Amino acid sequence: MEPVDRPICARGYSLPLALVLAGELSGRYHMHTSVDEAIVHRHRLSTRVWHWLNALILLVMLMSGLMILNAHPRLYWGEAGASRDPAWFEIGDEGVRGFLRIGDITIETTGFLGVWRDADGQTQWEAFPGWATIPSQYSLALSRRWHLTFAWLFAASTALFVAWSVVNGHLRRDLLPRAEELRGRHLWRDIKRHAKLDFPKGAAARSYNTLQKLSYVVVLLVLLPLMILTGMTMSPAIDASWGWLPELFGGRQSARSIHFIVAMALVIFVVVHLAMVTLSGPINEIRSMITGRYRLPGEKTR
Amino acid sequence: MTRQLSRRRLLAWLGLAASVPVLSACDRLGRSSVFRSFLASGEWLSYRVHRLIGASAMATEYPESQLSPVFRTNGNTRPASREYLRHASEGFAGWRLAIDGLVDVPQSLSLAALRRMPSRTQITRHDCVEGWSAIGQWTGVPLGALLERAQLRPEARFIVFHCADDFGGTPYYESIDLVDAFHPQTILAYAMNGKDLPIGHGAPLRLRVERQLGYKHAKFVMRVEAVRSFAAIGRGRGGYWEDQGDYDWYAGI
Repeated sequence: MEPVDRPICARGYSLPLALVLAGELSGRYHMHTSVDEAIVHRHRLSTRVWHWLNALILLVMLMSGLMILNAHPRLYWGEAGASRDPAWFEIGDEGVRGFLRIGDITIETTGFLGVWRDADGQTQWEAFPGWATIPSQYSLALSRRWHLTFAWLFAASTALFVAWSVVNGHLRRDLLPRAEELRGRHLWRDIKRHAKLDFPKGAAARSYNTLQKLSYVVVLLVLLPLMILTGMTMSPAIDASWGWLPELFGGRQSARSIHFIVAMALVIFVVVHLAMVTLSGPINEIRSMITGRYRLPGEKTR
Repeated sequence: MTRQLSRRRLLAWLGLAASVPVLSACDRLGRSSVFRSFLASGEWLSYRVHRLIGASAMATEYPESQLSPVFRTNGNTRPASREYLRHASEGFAGWRLAIDGLVDVPQSLSLAALRRMPSRTQITRHDCVEGWSAIGQWTGVPLGALLERAQLRPEARFIVFHCADDFGGTPYYESIDLVDAFHPQTILAYAMNGKDLPIGHGAPLRLRVERQLGYKHAKFVMRVEAVRSFAAIGRGRGGYWEDQGDYDWYAGI
């Protein structure tokens, strides 16, 4: 590169970068902005980048995690637990029939869990079907590599996003519910509105509603950190260094059980999240998470 | 792990942005060499971070009340070699543990000699790579004491355990670094739950390396070899499962 190009290059990058940083830190994406227009800047760049990165990482973590569980699809409480110990959760097969057992309740799951057919029509006896796992054919070693490498990306991106949300005020302004929002009557009204699929219109749609705030806060500050901490508790080396971790969760096998339960809670969150996006105007919602621009519903005729 | 290798892994990390996975293509991605070296970089990172946060940390030891009622066996439960079976039929009276490689005083120790050495007894949790755990009591000779006796040479970097068992003719072996080799809880165990080590659990001698997963705990140990690099052993990845099935050499997670 010729030296003369350098200042131009630097200016070419620094201006948009400065604008982005200014937008991040100022109230430009603040949802209670006083600018009266139908199109608002709803999501900051950091929120949008993290949202899609996190969606990708969580999908990899889920699918590689299910393959890891294939190696021993039984869950226990306490410090230890193996094949001869009582398991509270089990996926298995009785020949041609697959089953899922939780406590004393057994459900037949042939074709889905325990016994299923792969893309070539061959019967497989793994717990989770190939379309749900990474890789699609049984490999504990490879799924561990996916899971334990993406785990670092997952922990880093979650920690950075939480820290940045504190710094830029996203957490305090947009995510944490205000005291009056947590009153019983307000919550009940919000629940009834959700049940009627009556989504906020106009100015009310600038900010997240209470149930939305609560679910995002629970995911960001409870479920995602729980995934990271219970995951770390399954490492014998980390348990040696940080003995408080297995103590916190009641033992390594309890941590493994909680890891799975929280993963399923996240799956339920994503299903509800996608349903809400679909019901409340998918194009507008998805656009707002890509470009940041969101059209306030009910104000388009103005 | 050489510096060159870690630099390559760093580059692979940076290359992630260029290889955003399309999930339907995950299997293909898992076979591409650049992405594979990215996937393997997690092992390197975990190894470095674990050594940083607690190279000398002790694994939890439990009271007898927490011993697993049944400690299941795993992997090979009875080596097929004629030599091993002869030793087993003699109660391992003629068996010798060899300690050689990069040592100044190679050793050949009988089971009786090992039992006369200062021992360590510990009740620890065994974590299998598959996900299950079992708690057992182990008694044996600290590996560090044996290596001091053999006078490890300064150029030695890894300790390799050669075993009597094999899978389809490929012998089992494992290797650990010197941090684990000299860790006080790393022992060559000859007793389990207060009795002679059963054959299913690796008689006459098995490695306990408490901060790593089960496949590192080599059973039926015949020979301990100090090496500078394990590149020339097996397929060069430091262990049977590492060679055969892409399992990570560092199994602290």
